[in-house]
Amino acid sequence: MENYKLTINGQAKEVTVDPGTPLLWVLREELKMTGTKFGCGISACGACTVHVGGVATRSCVLPVSLVGNRPIVTIEGIGKDPVGRAVQEAWVSEDVVQCGYCQSGQIMAAVALLKGRPKPTDADIEASMGGNMCRCGTYVRIREAIKTASQHLA
Amino acid sequence: MVRSESSGLRWLSGLLLLCTAAFTPSGAVGQVATSKTSRDTGLVAWQQVYSVLTYPRCINCHTATNYPQQGDDRHRHLFNVVRGPGGKGVPGLNCATCHQSENANSTGVPGGYNWHLAPLSMRWQDAKDNILSSAEICRSLTDRSKNGGMTGAAILRHHQQEPLVLWAFDPGQRRDGTLRSRPPLTHEQFVAATRTWVDAGMPCPTNP
Repeated sequence: MENYKLTINGQAKEVTVDPGTPLLWVLREELKMTGTKFGCGISACGACTVHVGGVATRSCVLPVSLVGNRPIVTIEGIGKDPVGRAVQEAWVSEDVVQCGYCQSGQIMAAVALLKGRPKPTDADIEASMGGNMCRCGTYVRIREAIKTASQHLA
Repeated sequence: MVRSESSGLRWLSGLLLLCTAAFTPSGAVGQVATSKTSRDTGLVAWQQVYSVLTYPRCINCHTATNYPQQGDDRHRHLFNVVRGPGGKGVPGLNCATCHQSENANSTGVPGGYNWHLAPLSMRWQDAKDNILSSAEICRSLTDRSKNGGMTGAAILRHHQQEPLVLWAFDPGQRRDGTLRSRPPLTHEQFVAATRTWVDAGMPCPTNP
């Protein structure tokens, strides 16, 4: 077991876990931050996406020992970010969510997309969001919400 | 008949030119051999280098397509991963979305510093994922308009020091705990073969 100091949503956190423990387990089991979801556990679905050092990252495959001093932002903190706030509002206005299980990961990926490409095309959205699965099939509404957020941020 | 001094010099110059031509690689870029390493020795060394370059740990990221490959069967990378404009994926789905600066053995995700695809100019496959021939890859690798302007010495350094090259020889373990397969040479053997090939003037096999 090792001790790790993490910065999550601007707050200092400390955990003592095995170095190989995925960040997702640290968030959900150690810190009880359950907004980030477990989907597949192999980075195939995107439900566990958080931002690490500003990069959308699959927390289910990231051992906590490799986080280093990079700041972490989760779905619980993304609303403090202007882009994150715009995406969340667009998600509501476009009524994106159905069952909702994948949506925290979808929002985190969408925020990363808009930070990299403020005016994404359909092709950009497809390429960037192509790793985030939604079994309810909300893809069309996700695309519209990303465009809505983009317009609000322009 | 006594040969004059000037005609003797011309004869010697011609002989030197012939020797130089003999050591010039048959690829698009000709580099003159700077040592006594023969072209034949260089070609043997190149085939060793080629055996590593075309091994899945290396060639999976030297694709001609919009995606990287995975595994020893070189299947298309799962999860809809795409190349992106800089070979590092796209915002929201970068290589770094999963691949960190080192192998994550507890979760089975390989990693190395600055994980990315090789540029398309250094593709070692065709558009149908077929591996290019020894001669074709050799020509690409020695063409400074394609290889990032690398000289022979720079290629040798690249093989010695580039973190992603080093990763190929220490590729970590899969999710199930088994080790990923490694290239047919050790890193030391690979560097030695590269050095021999460079010393021979980087000869390339004749077509195809």
